[in-house]
Amino acid sequence: MGKRVGMEVGIAAAEAVALCNIDVAAVYPITPQSHIAEHMADIVHDGRINAEFITVESEHSSISACAGASAAGARVYTATSSQGLMLMHEILPIISAMRLPVVMGNANRAISGPLNIWNDHTDIMPQRDCGWICMFAENGQEVIDMTIQSFKIAEHPDVMLPIVLNIDGFQLTHMIEPLEFPSQAQVNRFLPPRGPFVALHPDNPISMGCFNMPDIFAESMKVKETALRNSKKTIVKIWKEWGKMFGRHYKPVETYKAKGAKTLILTMGSMGETASVAVDEMREKGASVGLVKMRLWRPLPIEELRAAIRGAKTLIVMDRAVSFGGAGGPVATDIKSYLYQDMSRPKVVNYIMGLGGRDVTVDDFIAMTKKAVKKKEDTFEFYGVRE
Amino acid sequence: MKKKKAVSKKWPEKWQEINPGCMVFTPGNASALHTGSWRAQRPVLDTQKCIKCGLCYIFCPEGCIAEDSEGFFKANLDYCKGCGICAHECWPEAIVMVEEEE
Amino acid sequence: MTLVQNFEIFAPKLIDRKEYFSPGHRACQGCGEVLALRIILKALGDDVVISNATGCMEIISSAYPQTAWEVPYIHVAFENAAAVGSGVEAALKALRRKGRIPDRDVKSVAIAGDGGTADIGLQALSGAMERGHDLMFVCLDNEAYMNTGIQRSSETPFMAATTTSPAGKEIKGQRTGKKNVPEIMVAHGVPYVATACPSYPIDLVNKVKKAKAVKGPSYLHVFSMCPTGWRCSSEITIKLGKLVVETGVFPLYEVENGKYRLTIEMPRKRRPVEDYLKHQGRFRHLSADDIKMVQKKVDYEIKKLMDKVSGLKGWDEE
Repeated sequence: MGKRVGMEVGIAAAEAVALCNIDVAAVYPITPQSHIAEHMADIVHDGRINAEFITVESEHSSISACAGASAAGARVYTATSSQGLMLMHEILPIISAMRLPVVMGNANRAISGPLNIWNDHTDIMPQRDCGWICMFAENGQEVIDMTIQSFKIAEHPDVMLPIVLNIDGFQLTHMIEPLEFPSQAQVNRFLPPRGPFVALHPDNPISMGCFNMPDIFAESMKVKETALRNSKKTIVKIWKEWGKMFGRHYKPVETYKAKGAKTLILTMGSMGETASVAVDEMREKGASVGLVKMRLWRPLPIEELRAAIRGAKTLIVMDRAVSFGGAGGPVATDIKSYLYQDMSRPKVVNYIMGLGGRDVTVDDFIAMTKKAVKKKEDTFEFYGVRE
Repeated sequence: MKKKKAVSKKWPEKWQEINPGCMVFTPGNASALHTGSWRAQRPVLDTQKCIKCGLCYIFCPEGCIAEDSEGFFKANLDYCKGCGICAHECWPEAIVMVEEEE
Repeated sequence: MTLVQNFEIFAPKLIDRKEYFSPGHRACQGCGEVLALRIILKALGDDVVISNATGCMEIISSAYPQTAWEVPYIHVAFENAAAVGSGVEAALKALRRKGRIPDRDVKSVAIAGDGGTADIGLQALSGAMERGHDLMFVCLDNEAYMNTGIQRSSETPFMAATTTSPAGKEIKGQRTGKKNVPEIMVAHGVPYVATACPSYPIDLVNKVKKAKAVKGPSYLHVFSMCPTGWRCSSEITIKLGKLVVETGVFPLYEVENGKYRLTIEMPRKRRPVEDYLKHQGRFRHLSADDIKMVQKKVDYEIKKLMDKVSGLKGWDEE
């Protein structure tokens, strides 16, 4: 076990990227990601890493520059948040279709209308269908570990897909936590320099980004979908490798006291830690409650989820985002759709909570669980809205 | 998927045959498309008048005019779209556009 | 016929014979833009990476599984040719410094049409030029969004008819003139800015070589004749390119470190714009008064340019 330092998680994310021998970073600042951008600038300007840091003029250009740099064979990183991610939205499906291993840190923040700079998951939900691998980090240590792992996963020849790592804005990015950094030698062993499948260079001229006529487009989409689904195998493999090297184990779906529990709470992101405290308190009082934490959001880890929630009578899905006019919160909708065919499935109670930085406390979790257990059927409601 | 070589089949049919990212590894393979079938008229060179200046070669948008063994610049009819630029620009009026008979 | 024109007859001996853009592409008959591209690629050579915006040149050349490009090429989207080019440039710089690619110069060249340069692409272009990347940006200007069906752009000339600025009963064609992107580039402090036209191939080749040699940003604005969009016959492509220069509608000049210089001297008495306009269907609706208005605008722009050519000193001159 190495030395632990107290560091702000946003700064730690930049430090983790610095360990990864990146070649190009193109970042545009936006609250609450700005500390990541600023610290990356410090690292490059101090000469601590040998990389190009492009201070682009918008997020659209930052992701475009990352696309160009990744195509030319560089290891690239970018970071953004809500409005920036929305501005990048046009290019995200292009990058995953072009199989460029861009790694992005997303400081989750509410998207505008009205403007709100505080934490929730509404920024990543519209990007569900972009074909990116999408993961959530729960605490600062996971941010460091998963950032380093992401480069290896993205560049693996069986994957070759971009990855977005979600870090709850302010709730996580601005927290100071005790963190352990792997050494540069350890990271070098885990993550060699990028050897691209193919790169833009006159020694081997290729054309990238060719367009598709209707007679071949559907096949291209099938390639992308298959690549994303198959990536889970490699993600799990690389997480196992990390576990062996560093003793910290990662799975697509983590459970906490979920075995045999009648009621399960399902969370994504940093609220999982608060939920686990609530689970402990409720268990002390004799309730049969457990916690399921989804680390991997896309590709959706259906088998792991099924195994985790088997036997539960009530599944309380905590959605930190709204899917307006839809059938429920985004996570609940996905889960209910695959549960539909299971003969024995739990009642799914969906709460939309924690929007726009509203704090979700241990008491909130306990209150929601109490209410949920009493419900007769699947429900979907906002929690904590004053009426 | 292991480190793949380029797919050599010209027109991929199954989805498994598509290169990752729709990359094309064979530069210039557009030459498989013979655009000569587009034209309505074709350039005919009078070698008596041709001064071998090569201006037609420079101004051809297709890049299909090339020197033959005697140094005369002739259009490759596989690609010539019959735009008429070469005939229009030829100083000695050695190139004339004639209608395609079909 | 001037001395310069005479010399051009022997130009083929001076231009690289290798083709970097294969035939079999799907451009229209007589396309001036693909001709410009073909000449530019010859002048650039092998050691380039092209970042292309969506547009005519991208669509005609890269229908999967075919590509007409014989040099490394990437297309991402419409408005980010300059941003992708910046990323490529940064990657090549970093990888060369770290020894992961061979130690030789590879130029990042971004190519876009007038839409991808002056309209939707202006932000990315401005950002890339301001950051000082070693990026050469080429605008292939056919004066409208040709690929999507001849809609107007900010480079569409005054009173030209396009599908979104038609010659209607109330409003006759485009109401504004060409956005002067070379001026914008000079204002960004770009060390080499030039306008060119494929009807003057040696001039174009020289400018491409000069732009490529700059260790920093450079910008080339290339007039691209479009018989399809301008509604004229395909064989007069080159002639139109010469007329546009001889009438002063599109003067060929370069700006090196702020010093303006005409590279193709305009005749003392320029040809009337009518000589250029009368061949094109997109100006068919112009009355005699309209043509006078166009002539006045052209004269005004030429005066502005000549004031700069004769009056402005270069940035590093005493």
